[in-house]
Amino acid sequence: MAQEHNMRRVTAIRNGTVIDHIPSGQAMRVLEMLAIDKSTSVPVSMVMNVPSKKMGTKDIIKVEDRELNQDELNRLALVAPDARVAIIRAYSVAEKLTIELGDEVTNVVSCTFSNCITTNPREPLAHRLKVMSREPLELRCHYCGRPQDLEELIHNLL
Amino acid sequence: MPGLITMDDLSNDEIMSILDDAQRLLPVAEGRTYLPLLQGKILGNLFFEPSTRTRMSFETAMKRLGGDVVNLGDVKTSSVVKGETLYDTIQMVDGYTDIIAMRHPRQGAAQYAQDAARVPILNGGDGAGHHPTQTMLDLFTIRQAHGTLEGLKVILAGDLRYGRTVHSLSHALTRFGCELIFASPELLKMPAEIVNDLTKHGANVTETDELLGSIADADVVYMTRIQKERFADEDEYTKVAGAYKLHASNLEGAKENMIIMHPLPRVDEIHPSVDGTRHARYFQQAFNGVVARMALLCRLLGIKVPQTIADGGEA
Repeated sequence: MAQEHNMRRVTAIRNGTVIDHIPSGQAMRVLEMLAIDKSTSVPVSMVMNVPSKKMGTKDIIKVEDRELNQDELNRLALVAPDARVAIIRAYSVAEKLTIELGDEVTNVVSCTFSNCITTNPREPLAHRLKVMSREPLELRCHYCGRPQDLEELIHNLL
Repeated sequence: MPGLITMDDLSNDEIMSILDDAQRLLPVAEGRTYLPLLQGKILGNLFFEPSTRTRMSFETAMKRLGGDVVNLGDVKTSSVVKGETLYDTIQMVDGYTDIIAMRHPRQGAAQYAQDAARVPILNGGDGAGHHPTQTMLDLFTIRQAHGTLEGLKVILAGDLRYGRTVHSLSHALTRFGCELIFASPELLKMPAEIVNDLTKHGANVTETDELLGSIADADVVYMTRIQKERFADEDEYTKVAGAYKLHASNLEGAKENMIIMHPLPRVDEIHPSVDGTRHARYFQQAFNGVVARMALLCRLLGIKVPQTIADGGEA
């Protein structure tokens, strides 16, 4: 029932992407990580803090007329590792995708340590954070080895 | 083995085996035996920050083994000042040399250089990060004095917050089951993330602001320099730093074989009266930089150090 009610809070979309099971309060960050902002012309709906059997409460995002690809979705591993993603075509779920957190998060965020070599914008390097643990999520910079503060890291989106 | 960026690149067995090589190379480091193991090899010294001991001991190590050295020279007159990226500098020196020793002000620079280079990189210090060749010479000095690295009681004293030397060394000593005592003023305490990391790896760590009270049962006292600029004013510095100075008279109750080490340069944290005591080991330690780096250069270049090296003449 809760599920059905949540979906009715915003209209069903004909084509696009639905991102469900986002931890409560993280939807804005998800939008930020997907670079969805005021320059985005397609309709975007977002609900926050709706009831969820599994999570207590959760956020949901629907992006119309845009199919997010796996690489884009993998960026979300930092804030919504268990999100479920559906690609919608003609009002039906055409594909289900899961977010994959590999052994390394590459070119999504930059190291938060101010004296890391990666803070020099002229160096032609890949921003690489190694996944030390998944639960709880622990990341270390490949270069300077510093453990990353996840709250701070979100401000370093590339 | 590609290079040596952090001590994590070496297993405990590899550390011991490199220290054994260093031990056998002593007559070569002291100039009594000529053993050109690295003839035809070129070391690139890339020091983007001032260095005296590390740079000179790398150069001495290479030359004692018959190898040659090219230097970046003063950063102010090199292509770095023209805006060359580290990546480009490494690409160039990688083509000129067989191995690179590097110091850089940015943390992580050594790993970045290793990713970009074909030849091995020896990290000679990257920001407040790692300084593994210093750790190797420190371990060599400790083992030389005590015959082992295991189960010793080691005091690390002074500036434990900013000193990369003490960070790398405490990790290494933890791997050999040493008991660690961190003696520092509140302002310069060992960073909590490092203490947590050490504890997670089973370290027995005590933190104190009292150096002299801990000396009696220590096997090693590792002193570091407390820099004036870390304090808000000179009075505060004088008051705090005074508690982290050693005078010969402080050593009367110390164990017979306790050694005092210091990565140098010292300012006034070790009084010259200590130099003549049986405990002083810091100049020996600086010399050991040559022999430890000789062993590391051979290891990274894939050159085996002979099992027996004659003491004197041509080996």
